[in-house]
Amino acid sequence: MALQFTNEDKAILAGEKGMGAKMALSIVAETARLMGAPRLLPIASAHIDGALYHGDSGTLFAEKLVEGDAKVAVRSTLNVGALDLMGCSKQRLPPHERDMAKRMMRAYEKMGCEPSWTCSPYQAGHRPALGSDVAWGESNAVVFCNSVLGARTNRYGDFLDIACAIAGRAPDYGLHRTENRRARFVIDVSGLSETLRRADIFYPVLGTWFGLEMTNDIGVVDGLQGFPNEDNLKAFGAASASSGGVGLFHIAGVTPEAPTVDAALQGQKPERVIRVTIDMVLGALKRLSNASSESIDAIAIGSPHLSLEEMHALLTLLNDRKVIRPFFACTGRHVLRAIEADGTRAKLEALGITIVADTCVVVTPMLPEGGSVLMTNSGKFAHYATGNTGYAVQYGSLKDCVESAVKGHVIRDGGLWQ
Amino acid sequence: MRAQVLIAGEAQGEVLALTHPISFWGGVNPRTGDIIDARHPERGQNIAGKILALPAMIGSSSAAAVMLELIHAGKAPKALIMPDPDAILLLGVIVAQEMEWPICPAFALDKESQRALHGKTIKIERDGEIKE
Repeated sequence: MALQFTNEDKAILAGEKGMGAKMALSIVAETARLMGAPRLLPIASAHIDGALYHGDSGTLFAEKLVEGDAKVAVRSTLNVGALDLMGCSKQRLPPHERDMAKRMMRAYEKMGCEPSWTCSPYQAGHRPALGSDVAWGESNAVVFCNSVLGARTNRYGDFLDIACAIAGRAPDYGLHRTENRRARFVIDVSGLSETLRRADIFYPVLGTWFGLEMTNDIGVVDGLQGFPNEDNLKAFGAASASSGGVGLFHIAGVTPEAPTVDAALQGQKPERVIRVTIDMVLGALKRLSNASSESIDAIAIGSPHLSLEEMHALLTLLNDRKVIRPFFACTGRHVLRAIEADGTRAKLEALGITIVADTCVVVTPMLPEGGSVLMTNSGKFAHYATGNTGYAVQYGSLKDCVESAVKGHVIRDGGLWQ
Repeated sequence: MRAQVLIAGEAQGEVLALTHPISFWGGVNPRTGDIIDARHPERGQNIAGKILALPAMIGSSSAAAVMLELIHAGKAPKALIMPDPDAILLLGVIVAQEMEWPICPAFALDKESQRALHGKTIKIERDGEIKE
């Protein structure tokens, strides 16, 4: 069925509301056609992933929208850019790239987007209501928004996110529709030890396994009732959306559309029940490290951006010891303000930690030149570090990262995985 | 053989059918077209000027930006083939159209048929008909 346009849509498409509005609606409508969406839905908010510089083309696109007087029609937060505009950390972008990256960030601000510059907008006060339709970009934000908040979004790519924000509407297909949010697989983790299910490091590792197993299918995890906190869910989702293309997961008794396994299955039978064994989890853990050297050149945490609680946990684990390797802790302005106010920033910096705001180490050149091994506790950093930075990865828990940073070589507590 | 037309156009060239899903962001260098994902079996190959067949898309929602940059840099594939329309990747092509830059057409074709075309020089017509 072809997309039906209202008279107002037709006026916009004729350019009567400005060339920016026309471009935005044309992009939304063309996507609707491709995806077979019968109509456009009003959206409550947007999270824009398009302001990260990948090359001049994206800047030219944003500036063309600005020249066409485009303005966002709904609340729109911004994902990371390529520069730390707060000046906490330094990026090695050559002059042309730096200029184009800054122009791009400013163009999105000019369209009325909030300068949140974070990949954890849901921890920066942007939490759309359960069941509301939104247009979010950034794979970890998308999966968190769908799964943990229960708001409805597809995996909006760069350009479509801002186009939907300007149009105030999104194509009605995919995860906007209740029937497409049903879990088809049951993932039973009740056979794993309680100690493991309580550990922070379990979640990005299980998320990695889940993404590899599901690709873009929807599964409901059973056996985690009472275990994960919000940061664990954030880490699980981010890992699953980098090893796979997961846009929505359910965890029975934890996430809002899965009060029970049966509710997540929408009353239907699962296509498959997978009982997760420790060997499956160990396989995913092993995959996250690809470095052969035990000496490390840098440590990075904060993908997705660290919460205030995670910053405090870092300070506690450091226990007044200085790190002897560059250590990057990536976060957003919402946390930066809080750690400045409570003294945590000054204490972390005195112990050698580099706070990174507005951006992160895998999207822009900032890891030390000449280094070759990065240690991280982030499943997402582990997935992207090598392709984007050339660094090989040693993966470990936050505690492992801190101990290794203090000693300068890999120290791991393997006891958890027995 | 006939593929479903996603974004209209015609193309002629050698088919590179990837054996594993890929994330364009972090997986393809936007300035050269090289496959850079360390864990990808086709790492080191180049997608520029190829008819690129993708078994599935995974990972980052910045794939559209990489696609647009590839087009802007003249390093795009000659055509894209995928099992189902992928909104994220195709957005890069849709935006290129809005920017009035040359685009690469896109077609839908199942994984098995994609594999059978690997390494062959083919012509895809505007209506999706594939000729070897």
